[in-house]
Amino acid sequence: MENAFIKTENLSFSYENGDGGENAVLYDINLEIEKGAFVAILGHNGSGKSTLAKLLNMILTPTGGKIYIDGTDITKPDMSEKDIIDLRSKIGMVFQNPDNQLVATIVEEDVAFGPENLGVEPAEIRRRVDEALATVGMTKYARHSPHQLSGGQKQRVAIAGAIAMLPECIVFDESTAMLDPMGRAEVMNTIEKLNREKNITVLHITHNMNEALCADRVIVMSDGRIILDGVPDEVFSHVEELKSVGLGVPQAAELMYSLSKNGIEIGKITGDENKCAQKLFDLINEK
Amino acid sequence: MIKDITIGQYFPGESVLHHLDPRTKLLLTVLYIVILFMAKSMLAFILIVLLTAALIPISGISFKVIAKSLKPLLFIIIFTMTLNLFFTKGEGEPLLSFWIINIYKEGVSFAIYMIVRIICLITGTGVILTYTTSPIQLTDGIEQLLAPLSKIKLPVHEFAMMMSCALRFIPTLVEETDKIMSAQKARGADFTSGSLIRRAKAIIPILIPLFVSAFRRADELAVAMECRCYHGGEGRTRMNSLHFSARDLLVTLVFVLFGAGVVLLNIFTRGIGIGI
Repeated sequence: MENAFIKTENLSFSYENGDGGENAVLYDINLEIEKGAFVAILGHNGSGKSTLAKLLNMILTPTGGKIYIDGTDITKPDMSEKDIIDLRSKIGMVFQNPDNQLVATIVEEDVAFGPENLGVEPAEIRRRVDEALATVGMTKYARHSPHQLSGGQKQRVAIAGAIAMLPECIVFDESTAMLDPMGRAEVMNTIEKLNREKNITVLHITHNMNEALCADRVIVMSDGRIILDGVPDEVFSHVEELKSVGLGVPQAAELMYSLSKNGIEIGKITGDENKCAQKLFDLINEK
Repeated sequence: MIKDITIGQYFPGESVLHHLDPRTKLLLTVLYIVILFMAKSMLAFILIVLLTAALIPISGISFKVIAKSLKPLLFIIIFTMTLNLFFTKGEGEPLLSFWIINIYKEGVSFAIYMIVRIICLITGTGVILTYTTSPIQLTDGIEQLLAPLSKIKLPVHEFAMMMSCALRFIPTLVEETDKIMSAQKARGADFTSGSLIRRAKAIIPILIPLFVSAFRRADELAVAMECRCYHGGEGRTRMNSLHFSARDLLVTLVFVLFGAGVVLLNIFTRGIGIGI
């Protein structure tokens, strides 16, 4: 892939533990993600997926390997502070706990925080804030205080804060993990909208298999390595592999897996509910 | 329960006071306190009470909110009142006298003035500043007022940012305290009975988890701020930059007039014996 937006070469990361040794978190990650992709990253706790995300915008510095963002090597030693800020404005991040990432006490002032740091003109900040809030559907709450909002709404404000920097890519680090089903749906709709309408590259780190199904591509990580990488249908057909690293599979895949294990010819396992239903329908018709 | 604390909370609105420049409001608050403590005669006090009473409907803050904010101060109000009532020595015959306690006319008026002063202080500063100024505006105002000090290497921006973060997390941490307390109560912790030392000890299992979580929050917030390109005050712009308007001048003028009125009443009414 020549025009990969994110490209890593033998990327590794480890941190020093208390007794002078090193704990490796990532081993030789080689990854290419093109512009406009919607990638889900799956993995159990401690698989290194959040570390990978934090390496992409230099919150952490890799201990080995290279990372290229939009063709620029961000691991080169002469990265100035301005380069790092440019990089971070390109890659927005939304974290898990909505309470711990909102800086300001008023929604619109929080959204303005990013552009303010970038030194954008006040009139342009105003325009960006209004647009970002409209995109996530929070215009009505512009003058509210974050603690008056629900979890899903807070998370949408956090997303607006990332959009206001006009990023090319947004990394969602388990952004739906602490939300109720309603909040999850709100946030997932917003993420999909950003990807489809604004062509923002999305890296969605999650535990939730159904959310991973929305992506164009699924990457499964375990113990600091990428073990599966492909379209959701392909990845979720590896039911046993996924289970062996402590992950579940979507319900449709689980059902088809059980059926085939019990000797029913169901063909290729898929995570897609509609495809699964169609197969079952065909199967019943045949009999 | 703890959520009911209203002191220092902002109520969004569209009143004249909401739209004043925070720098003006900070200066007005200082001016208001000075006027309040300058007042020495009954008429001067009446003037201040009128000003304060007029400010409440202007600000659009409900009386209920203000009454609620005064409630925690009830003890202090009663305490100062009693002290003034019993321990002010006056000239002439005491109004009431039993055992070693003598209540003089001066004591009564002092006590009343003290109550008026405290109530006005809380209500006035609340209405002028804390209820009508968003914490962000407030810290912006402080930052800009203190900006000259950054020339002598004082970390004015850092200070303002710290303050706004602290303000941002007050409701979050209050909620968390509530949650921890409920969790401890569910396991049989008792915060309301026993000796003072026992009760103080019961607070430790609340404080420790609260501290741990506050540090974790601070760490996560710092990362989130870095991700949003925060790199200190240098080269930072503001969406709503502050500027004074005619409104600011007008309101300041009104306050100065009231101040002048209080000074004049102090001088004038002392002569005819209404003063204290």
